[in-house]
Amino acid sequence: MIYHDIIIVGAGLAGLRAAIEASDLGKDVAVITKVHPLRSHSGAAQGGVNAALANNPDGRDDTPDKHAYDTVKGSDFLADQDAVDVMTNEAPARIYELEHWGCPFSRFKDGTIAQRPFGGAAYPRTCYGTDKTGHFMLHALYQQCVKRNIKFYEEFFVMKLVVEDNQARGVVALNLGTGDIVSFASSSVIFATGGSGRIYGKTTNAHVSTGLGVAIPFWEGVAIKDMEFIQFHPTGIIGKYILMTEGCRGEGGYLLNNAGERFMKNYVSEKIMELAPRDITSRCIQTEINQGRGINGGKYVYLDLRHLGKKKIMERLPGIRDICIDFLGVDPIKQPIPIHPVMHYTMGGIDTNFDGATSVRNFYAAGEAACVSVHGANRLGGNSLLETIVFGRRAGEHAAKNLKAEKEKNTRIAEKAKKEQVKYVEGLFKNGGKENPYEIKKQVSTVMDDKVGIFREETNMKKAVDEIKELRIRYNRDSRPVKSGKIYNYDLLWYLEMKGSIDIAVVIAAGALARKESRGSHSRTDFAKRDDDNWMKHTVAVFNDKAPVITYKPVVVTKYQPVERKY
Amino acid sequence: MEKTFRILRYDPEKDQEAHFQDYKVPYEKGLTVLEGLYYILENLDATLAFRSSCRAAICGSCAMHINGQYRLACRTQVSALNSDLITVRPLSHLTILKDLVVDLKPFFDNYKKIEPYLQPEKAEPAKEFTQSEKERGKIDKLVDCILCAACYGSCPVASTNPKYLGPQALVAALRFINDSRDGKTQERLAIVANDEGIFRCHTIFNCQQVCPKDIDPTNAILKLRGKSFMSKLTGKI
Repeated sequence: MIYHDIIIVGAGLAGLRAAIEASDLGKDVAVITKVHPLRSHSGAAQGGVNAALANNPDGRDDTPDKHAYDTVKGSDFLADQDAVDVMTNEAPARIYELEHWGCPFSRFKDGTIAQRPFGGAAYPRTCYGTDKTGHFMLHALYQQCVKRNIKFYEEFFVMKLVVEDNQARGVVALNLGTGDIVSFASSSVIFATGGSGRIYGKTTNAHVSTGLGVAIPFWEGVAIKDMEFIQFHPTGIIGKYILMTEGCRGEGGYLLNNAGERFMKNYVSEKIMELAPRDITSRCIQTEINQGRGINGGKYVYLDLRHLGKKKIMERLPGIRDICIDFLGVDPIKQPIPIHPVMHYTMGGIDTNFDGATSVRNFYAAGEAACVSVHGANRLGGNSLLETIVFGRRAGEHAAKNLKAEKEKNTRIAEKAKKEQVKYVEGLFKNGGKENPYEIKKQVSTVMDDKVGIFREETNMKKAVDEIKELRIRYNRDSRPVKSGKIYNYDLLWYLEMKGSIDIAVVIAAGALARKESRGSHSRTDFAKRDDDNWMKHTVAVFNDKAPVITYKPVVVTKYQPVERKY
Repeated sequence: MEKTFRILRYDPEKDQEAHFQDYKVPYEKGLTVLEGLYYILENLDATLAFRSSCRAAICGSCAMHINGQYRLACRTQVSALNSDLITVRPLSHLTILKDLVVDLKPFFDNYKKIEPYLQPEKAEPAKEFTQSEKERGKIDKLVDCILCAACYGSCPVASTNPKYLGPQALVAALRFINDSRDGKTQERLAIVANDEGIFRCHTIFNCQQVCPKDIDPTNAILKLRGKSFMSKLTGKI
C-alpha cells in the first residue's frame, strides 16, 4: 500500500501542470500514469495554444475579453462564461511561464512568441512552436517535473477511484510490469486522463485515449457533462485518420473539392473561408462529400498547401510534411493532401467547476477528461492546450490549498477497495470468454462512426443506443481477457479500457438522442436549428447500470447574450 | 495476400530464453508494422506485449528492431520493407521485460543526468524572454527529439558501456547549450565532456541513420566536442 497527500492520474499536460503546482505549494504529490509521461497524447497536439499576447502585428489590440467572446461564440453559447473569462485572463501568464520553462515557441522577427490565425478567432492569437506545439509543451512540463524530482508511478494502470462518504480516498491500480494490483491511498485525487476518442473508429486520437478515465469516476457516482458534443476535426488524412493541424489553414492552406473549387466560399463569408470553426468546416466538407463533390466522387477532399511554397512549409509545417510522406507517400510541397473530417476531441467530460472540483469531495479533474465548461458545444482550435495548463494549475492549487490529510483512514479504505479489485480480476480469468472483446469494441466504434457522427437523426441514434446496449451485454457476459502471465498483460489492460469506452459510448449516444436541437458539433438533420428556449443547458449524466440518468443544468451567462452564430 | 511477422517472444514467467514465433498477417496497402502487431494481439495471440500510443510518430513508444533496422513500428510501412517476412525484435541491449517491451530506465536515467530543464541566468522578465529567429534556429531539430531510444538501441558503444550517456542525452545537452535563454553552458559541458560522455562516442553514425526525426546525434556530439575543446583550452571547464 502506498500513500501520497495528492495523487494525480494521467501525465499529459493537465496532469503535469497540476503536479508542478501542488509540488511548488509544498505538498506530497505523486503522478500515476499508464504510459511514460512523454507518451501522453498531449504531445500529438500540433497547431498551437491561444493567448491574447497581441504579439502579431495584425493583432496588436487583442485582449483576453476578445478571446473570451470568440470562445463563447465558438461554443455556440453553451460554454460557461465565468469559466471562459478565467481561462482567457490567465492565458498570457501561463504562456509566459511555459516560455520561461524552456518551451521552444517559434518567434516573430522582434523575438516575441509567434502567433498564427486559427479557426473561429477574430485575431491571430494562436502561439505555436512550428507544428509540434503539444510536443514542445509536454516536454517542457516534464522537464520541470524532473527538475522538481516529482514522483511518478509509470506504467501503473488505474482501475478504480476509491470513494467513501462522497469523498475521494485514493485509487487502485494495476502495476503493468508486475501484474500486481496496488492501492494508492490519498487525501486528494486529480484525474487528468485525457479524452475518449477511441470510442470512435475514425479518430485522430492515440490508442490510450479510450475514455476509461471519464468512466472510472462516473462509475463511482461522479456526474459527467455534455458528452454528446464530439468534435470532428476537418482535416484527418484518409485511411490513417492522423491529424493535419488547423495551422495548415491558418498559414493559408485551401480546401478543394473535385472541381478544384475552394468550396468554403459557398458556406461562409469570403473573409473567413477555410478558417471557419471546426464544427462548421467539418459539416461543409462532409456536405461536399455527401453531394458527390469529393475527389473522384470519393469520400475525401483536398487540403492544398502547394501555393504556400517549400520555404513556408518547411519552416512552419515540417511535421505535417513528414506525416504525409510517411503515412500517405504524398509530399504536400508537390501534391494536395487527401483528407476528411475525423473524430478529434470530447468537449464533454467530468463535470467540474473552474477550480477542477467535482460533485465528490477532494476529487478533481482537469484537461480533456474534464468539462469545466469552456468549450461548450464546439471547441476552438488552440483552446484545448490552453485549458490543460490553466485548469491543470488551478486543480493542483485548489487540491493543495484545501488538503486535509487523512492518511490512516484513507489507507484502510483504499486497501479494502484493492481487495475487491483483486477478486474482480481473478474472476475475469476464471471463465474463458466465447467472444473476442476487440471485435465487440470494433462494433461499438462502427456504430458510433455511422450513427452518432457529424450529422445525426432520431432513427439512427435510437438504433445506436440499442445496439451499444446489446454490445455492452455481450462484452460483460461473453468476453474475457486472456489468462496469460502477470507481467505486461496488455490484453488485460485493453480489456479493461474497453469497459470504459463502451459505457461512455452509451452516454454520448443517449445524450445526443435526447438533445432535440442543433448546437455546435451536435448537428441534427431532424432538428436543424439551435433552440435556446429549450436547450441552452448542459446535459448531466449519472451512472446507472441499466441506463445513464440524464438531467440538465443551466449555462452560466455573464456578458454575452446568445445571438445567431454567423461567420 | 499475407505477410509473416516473425516476432521475438520472451515471457519471463515461463521462458528460459527468447525465441521467435511466426504469425500470418493479412496484408493490404498502407499496413504499418504497428497495425500488424495489433492484428496479432487482437486476433491471433492476446499474450503478445508491445508498447504503443499515438500511432503517428510523435509519442516515441514503439521503437523496435524491424528487418535489420531500428524504427518506429507505427511509421514503418510493411510495403517499404520489400519483404514477405517481417522480423521484429525489441530494442537492443536493454533488458527485455516481456516480448517487445524493454526496460528503458537506464535510458531515461541518462537523460536526467544532463539536467534536462532550462536554467536561465537572467531574472525572468514580465513577458517572454525574447529570442531572435536565428537564435531559435539553433535549437531546431534538437527540440524534436521524442526519446524513442532508437538511437540508444542502435549504438554499439551503449551496448558495451552502460555508463555511456548515449546519443539521446547528448542531443538533449546540446539542445540546452544552444538555447539562447539558458545560462549554464560551461556546467553542461562539464557534465558531458568526459569519457562517459562525448569522448566515448566512436562516430559510428548508427544513431544518425536510425533517428526517426532526422536529428543527427552524431553531429550533435561532434559539436559538443568542439565546444568543450574551446572551454578546456580557455580553462572554463
